[in-house]
Amino acid sequence: MKIGVCIKQVPDTEARLRPSASGQWIDEEEIPFAINEGDEYAIEEAISIAEQTGGEVVVVTVGPERAREALRKALAVGAHRAVHLADEAYAGGDCWATARALAAVANRESFDLILTGSQSADVGFGTTGTLLASMLGWPHAWLVVGLEVADGSAKVTREMEAGKNELLQIGLPAVVEVQAGINKPRYASLKGIMQAKRKEVAELSPADLELDPSQVGAAGSRLEFLSVSVPPKGEGAQILEGDTAEVATQLVDKLRTEARVL
Amino acid sequence: MAGKVWVALQQRGDELHPMSGEAIAAGVRLAATVGSEAEAILLCAEPGTAAETAARYGAAAVRVIQHPSLGAYTPGAFTGALSAAASTEAPGWIVLAHSYQSVDYMPRVAHALDAALVPEVIDFRADDGGVIWTRPVFAGKMQAEVRVRGEGPVVLSVQAGAFPAAQGEASAPISTLDLAADITPDREVLGVEEVAGEHVDLTQAPIILAVGRGIGGAENMDKVEELAAALGAEIGASRPVIDSGWLARDRQIGSSGQTVAPKLYIAAGISGAIQHLVGMKGSRCVVAINKDASAPIFAISQYGIVGDLHEVLPALTEAVKEAKA
Ligand SMILES: Cc1cc2nc3c(=O)[nH]c(=O)nc-3n(C[C@H](O)[C@H](O)[C@H](O)COP(=O)(O)OP(=O)(O)OC[C@H]3O[C@@H](n4cnc5c(N)ncnc54)[C@H](O)[C@@H]3O)c2cc1C
Ligand SMILES: Nc1ncnc2c1ncn2[C@@H]1O[C@H](COP(=O)(O)O)[C@@H](O)[C@H]1O
Repeated sequence: MKIGVCIKQVPDTEARLRPSASGQWIDEEEIPFAINEGDEYAIEEAISIAEQTGGEVVVVTVGPERAREALRKALAVGAHRAVHLADEAYAGGDCWATARALAAVANRESFDLILTGSQSADVGFGTTGTLLASMLGWPHAWLVVGLEVADGSAKVTREMEAGKNELLQIGLPAVVEVQAGINKPRYASLKGIMQAKRKEVAELSPADLELDPSQVGAAGSRLEFLSVSVPPKGEGAQILEGDTAEVATQLVDKLRTEARVL
Repeated sequence: MAGKVWVALQQRGDELHPMSGEAIAAGVRLAATVGSEAEAILLCAEPGTAAETAARYGAAAVRVIQHPSLGAYTPGAFTGALSAAASTEAPGWIVLAHSYQSVDYMPRVAHALDAALVPEVIDFRADDGGVIWTRPVFAGKMQAEVRVRGEGPVVLSVQAGAFPAAQGEASAPISTLDLAADITPDREVLGVEEVAGEHVDLTQAPIILAVGRGIGGAENMDKVEELAAALGAEIGASRPVIDSGWLARDRQIGSSGQTVAPKLYIAAGISGAIQHLVGMKGSRCVVAINKDASAPIFAISQYGIVGDLHEVLPALTEAVKEAKA
């Protein structure tokens, strides 16, 4: 079984975010980056399926040079190969442009299964995996919290609202968009980190994928980001000031006498 | 006139899903913004009460696409039906609720119609003949304004709570929309299960102390337990705490967990992503404890403490004990 895993490098959840000078995106200088949370679970899921079925795991990312680090991490925990779409032409893509590039990789690789996260922590479209499936003419499932692969089909547990899950069967090949919590991602061992250095990372340009540069990145996108900003706070919270002991006493006092909830 | 605004509805059982009322509100406002008219489209096997309910939310018309394959939701059948109808009638916009069901097939509809996709819209405004959309980025820590490039239809979803539903007196005409397409499910639905757990019912708790990723690990949970004991509170959590295995699944609050509305909700080390907020924003009094003064949770809280929860929680335990003594 040949499994493709689409991963994205995004600012770490702890990163302090500020709009960039142009105001169109955030300032990416000097902030920590990490593998998108859902994608870590997708990597783990792929590796454990490959361990059971003797398959190959290929991680794919559309992202700048820095995203090489995310691929290395995936290789260090057990992915076999990586594909890096790092060309400038891919930059600034929306879900349409990114899915188009990922679909071209999928066609070239003939994957039996593609795993993605359900949502990226930066743009957070939640649509890239499904659009990819649609472009490939494959079925998909979004928000997957359980996956069992057996000859030619997959049993999928999909999250629904309000603490319910839906059990589904879909044919393979398919795109399965996993949700955080589906498994316990493993840590890289020292040996894994050493081995990762020798694993193949293929860089593919749009021409390598038989795509015109106008089909990918900002040029191939339907959405244009005009500005990012910190959301308005509205009335916001009354922030209590003082040292820790003081604010604690103040809060308890306010909860008793002002809000009357204690 | 610009193409019509279609609002694709969702059923829950045979009723209208509550988020569909909000989607209609967004569609009606969008129609007014672009000088068009909003129609609500119900995809179903049986309309139940959904069509009649939808008719009261302000759309100009409710149109029902009925087919046996639209009973149990599958993306194949729903995409087939909606995109076939839209290919014939060419609406300019298709609005859906940003719900677990709608977002599952929305990208396929966009692909079938070669439409731009704008997920999770929280606001919009007219601009120079077009529309500028506001949507969250970085899990709500920031928001972005985006614009669609090029021609063609736009498929968008609207975030829960962003466009309050407005039920009126008037009732829109309900008609059927004939489906001229073969539609096929692309998955088999084997069943529905409750998420396993010991079934802690947080909905009845008057006080909830909820912890997020900021707690750092299961080893820090004793600070939380001590404060909860002093307050007489139940412990709840955001999703990452559960996903990391620091607490059991049945303590999750949010869109995929429990919905609670206690008189006091203390959120410690929780940033305030929408999927968490939808599960607790009905609480009477919310207190946020977070080391990041710009965390979105402060916007919906009554009181805030900016600081390290590892210091604030024990201090609060002391203060509560003192006050109760
Ligand atoms: C389909 C879907 C469904 C989801 N369902 C749910 C759901 O039901 N419930 C849910 O909660 N989430 C849900 N999520 C996840 C949601 O999007 C957020 O990722 C999640 O709520 C974030 O949890 P958090 O606030 O604990 O973590 P983060 O966003 O990482 O925030 C951690 C916060 O802790 C603060 N912090 C860190 N250290 C400290 C410290 N020492 N002292 C004080 N503060 C500190 C940080 O400043 C930060 O604000 C869902 C996501 C998706 C895509
Ligand atoms: N640039 C990218 N490179 C590789 N995979 C991506 C990229 N962007 C999104 N994805 C995948 O699509 C999922 C959903 O992303 P999004 O649609 O942006 O919320 C992510 O979890 C990734 O698995």
